[in-house]
Amino acid sequence: MQALKKVDDLTNVVVSFDAVDFSHPNGTVALRDVSLKIERSELVAILGTNGAGKSTLVRHINGLLKPTHGKVAVFGQDTRSATSAQLSRQVGIVFQNPNNQLFAQSVRKEIEFGLRNFGLPDNVIEDRIKWALDTFSLGDYAERSPIELSGGEKKRLCIALVLAWDPSVLILDEPTVGQDSEQKEKLADIIRELISERKNVILVTHDVEFIWPLQPRSVLMANGSIIADGPAQQVLARPDIAEKSSVFVPQLVDFSIIHGWSSPFPPTPEAAERKLRGV
Amino acid sequence: MESIIPSSFDDDFSKNLSKSDVVRIQNLTFQYYGSTSPVLKDVNLNVAEKEIVLIVGHSGSGKSTLLRAINGLIPHQHNGEYTGDVVVDGLSVSRTNMSELALRVGYIFQNPENQIFMFSVERDVGFGLENLGLQREEIRERVNWAMGLLKIQDLALRAPHELSDGQKQRVAIAGVIAMRPKILILDEPTSLLDPFTARELVDLVLKIREDLGMTVLIVEHRLDLVAKISDRMVVMDGGRVVLEGSPRDVLSKADVSRFGVTVPAIVNLAKRLGLPGKDLPIDPPELETRLRTSRLS
Repeated sequence: MQALKKVDDLTNVVVSFDAVDFSHPNGTVALRDVSLKIERSELVAILGTNGAGKSTLVRHINGLLKPTHGKVAVFGQDTRSATSAQLSRQVGIVFQNPNNQLFAQSVRKEIEFGLRNFGLPDNVIEDRIKWALDTFSLGDYAERSPIELSGGEKKRLCIALVLAWDPSVLILDEPTVGQDSEQKEKLADIIRELISERKNVILVTHDVEFIWPLQPRSVLMANGSIIADGPAQQVLARPDIAEKSSVFVPQLVDFSIIHGWSSPFPPTPEAAERKLRGV
Repeated sequence: MESIIPSSFDDDFSKNLSKSDVVRIQNLTFQYYGSTSPVLKDVNLNVAEKEIVLIVGHSGSGKSTLLRAINGLIPHQHNGEYTGDVVVDGLSVSRTNMSELALRVGYIFQNPENQIFMFSVERDVGFGLENLGLQREEIRERVNWAMGLLKIQDLALRAPHELSDGQKQRVAIAGVIAMRPKILILDEPTSLLDPFTARELVDLVLKIREDLGMTVLIVEHRLDLVAKISDRMVVMDGGRVVLEGSPRDVLSKADVSRFGVTVPAIVNLAKRLGLPGKDLPIDPPELETRLRTSRLS
């Protein structure tokens, strides 16, 4: 678990969960006593089996869900007293299933929609649309209907349109599903860039191979509770801990353990090569 | 719709089919109606009985279209220009109706929601069989057999929509297996599954091949999961087959990442260490064994 924070660090808290329980209207308990503080420029990965509560947890951050007990605050504001519209300007969320957030007639209009809603000036809107289309290789599809895109392309569009309105916290639910190697590389670069701009990225994912080189703070969930929370080198490098959330350790960790290395383990094949060659 | 009978079709062709080839794709080119360029360009691919063939490539490289040309969705459901020939279990796909093909080719979609719709798991698994007009007793027997194989007997009376994604995936597979097809096609089957469930699915595919002798074609991005169980890896790019061979061969020879394939970290490390070749280590224990027996260059 994380070390105790000094008092002056508290101003850096972007998201805080304080003893949060959440039950669905039918009585199913989805979150149990969840406490979590995320500070500015932290990259956080949330892992766990399907149904462990990961998606429920992140839906509390943009106010789509409100806790049954306990408190969730975003930039110090209790989500119960904020509207989803207020929160969504700061917290961008890309859902697992892109079909849930696409509805416009064209890819361009899809990106434009949120920007117009936030009342940005025309020239800024044009710039942001161009940036989003270029960055995510969607320029060729600008005038096409989003329905015609493949699953992977739809996902990319959802990430592009959320990033276009420049949220301070970006939540990505299973962003690598259906993405090829180039797109994953690009996504990793964007994540690094956002973190370097002191923003927050929260990844909900099963893809340990994708996140291991990024070395995120790793939060493991099972049955609605957080069962481990710490640096990737502590959480993802422990097969006994990872297993409890149905996660396998990354291949490089597996190899490092077999090879007899002790933590910290190499985050990339390049680092592992240097270590093996003794340079 | 009217499908274009391939001009090069030779009636003797299917008779000459090598006994062990259950799929034979010859010079297949296909262009969707209204599209400006073909999605498949002169594809040739033979698949032997009981083979597990892994198909990889960028999104949009033609993988899913190729699968649809095997189960007959192309040319029977998708309008377009079709030349060349696809022979499945001795039948020319373009000349065989979909229901005949459905007996031979089972198709598992990426999202099991697309193929689960009945009120109970049992009914869902039996749906295809009911459509075949089989006797009630035969249906019951096959449904029980398929549910047993997939270990979902205890879910028989549950409503499919309340199940987890992994369970739904199993229900979808049971429904397809109950039809006892010769060929099983899986299109990105693990994308919604957590790592444990995904690995279970991969083990299950292997078991289906071993126990039932089915031929498997699988499109999957996660090579760390499937490279090891695959006999052959086919890389597609721009509608063509650009690389083909055992996964170790393909991974050791080429930089497959330029075809959109995520190279597993261990393969990447092994190649950096100069350990390619037909014995390219593709998982951590293999790499460790290799390092114990060879010097780094």
